Amino acid sequence: MRYVSTVNPKPVRAKVWTTPSSSTSCARTRRWTPASAVALILRAVGGLTTRQIAAAYLVPEATMAQRISRAKRTVSGVRFNQVGDLGTVLRVLYLVFNEGYSGDVDLAAEAIRLTRQLVGKTRDEEAAGLLALMLLHHARRPARTAPDGSLVPLADQDRGRWNTHLIVEGVDVLQSALARDRLGEYQAQAAIAALHADARTAEETDWVQIVEWYDEVVRLTDSPVARLNRAVAVGEADGPRAGLAALDGLDRTLPRHTAVLAYLHERDGDPVTAARLYAEAAPLASSLPERDHLTRQAARLNAQLRGRG
Amino acid sequence: MAKYLLLKHYRGAPAAVNDVPMDQWTPEEVSAHVKYMRDFADRLQESGEFVDSQALSAEGTFVRSDGEGRPPVTDGPFAETKDVIAGWMVIDTDTYERALELAGELSAAPGAGGRPIHEWLELRPFMGASHTITE
Repeated sequence: MRYVSTVNPKPVRAKVWTTPSSSTSCARTRRWTPASAVALILRAVGGLTTRQIAAAYLVPEATMAQRISRAKRTVSGVRFNQVGDLGTVLRVLYLVFNEGYSGDVDLAAEAIRLTRQLVGKTRDEEAAGLLALMLLHHARRPARTAPDGSLVPLADQDRGRWNTHLIVEGVDVLQSALARDRLGEYQAQAAIAALHADARTAEETDWVQIVEWYDEVVRLTDSPVARLNRAVAVGEADGPRAGLAALDGLDRTLPRHTAVLAYLHERDGDPVTAARLYAEAAPLASSLPERDHLTRQAARLNAQLRGRG
Repeated sequence: MAKYLLLKHYRGAPAAVNDVPMDQWTPEEVSAHVKYMRDFADRLQESGEFVDSQALSAEGTFVRSDGEGRPPVTDGPFAETKDVIAGWMVIDTDTYERALELAGELSAAPGAGGRPIHEWLELRPFMGASHTITE
């Protein structure tokens, strides 16, 4: 299970970053979608071919070509000379990184490259926060999947396989951003990732501080996904009952809600409920590795229960 | 070559021979099953018969138009819906017999106790383009 907050993709509004040169020239246009923003940025700024972008997003090349030319039409006739909404740019880069965790074209590396350029140009704290967040997550990538493709939860990862260079750089970037005292959601999320990276073993994780940072993320974003992740952290810091209480009032149809509920019930010593909830959560998963992981969790608990009975 | 859709159901297909819900298997049996499915797709890729494979979430909603200017009407998800598709594989084979053979192989993926599930898969031929020369 991934504990680090992912913010729900929202339609990107009205402003477009066009080039990393100058100070983020942006365009005020009509509403357009994250998919088209992502595609256009990868094509125009990232320099990827349409075929590569199509392969990365598993759509036919003709579809991606249309998406890109629609995005171009949307921004055509707009003058790119005003300083724009950097937040939109960061959101798009965040989307690219998040979706780029697998696939033939390494979109995660591409997102890091672009964010690094942006940090060099703007000295913006949140851009630095996003770069730190990406570096710290990227550092864990070699340990996130087993050779057979199955997911390895954070607590079970071989921390020796984390990339320490990326962690050092990520922590460095984050610390200098935090020192400027203009906190935003990416810095707060990066702080959580840094606290995980900082623990030599899962047991040494500073969950109390992680909960405090989740409080910040919730305050800054008011995102239900952040609340869900916070509940997991509360479960580790103050015990599963407290975690379950923190889930109270959250929409049960949130992605991963049932999986988190299962996890907390297992920690609370109720394997029967946990097994049922894991089995319920599996077909609701958003990816095949996640579905298989949850099925395996249910199977593990049921096997234990049979052994006991 | 002709394309076929292999449909796998969460619910709605006749009962498998080795019919034990997946969460009642051991974790090792789950892993063996996942590996079998992946190896199967890899083999078809090598033989040039693989087209696509996707898994579906169990959630689903029925949607229909409610007329111009109105938002679409939705219904569901239905907890009791009889037929729920779990996913599909599209294959491209020389003959119908080869498609049957592959479907049989996929159906024999290992399940509880490491024994083949022998689950029912639905095999549906694609409608192709009309042939230029028909005789």
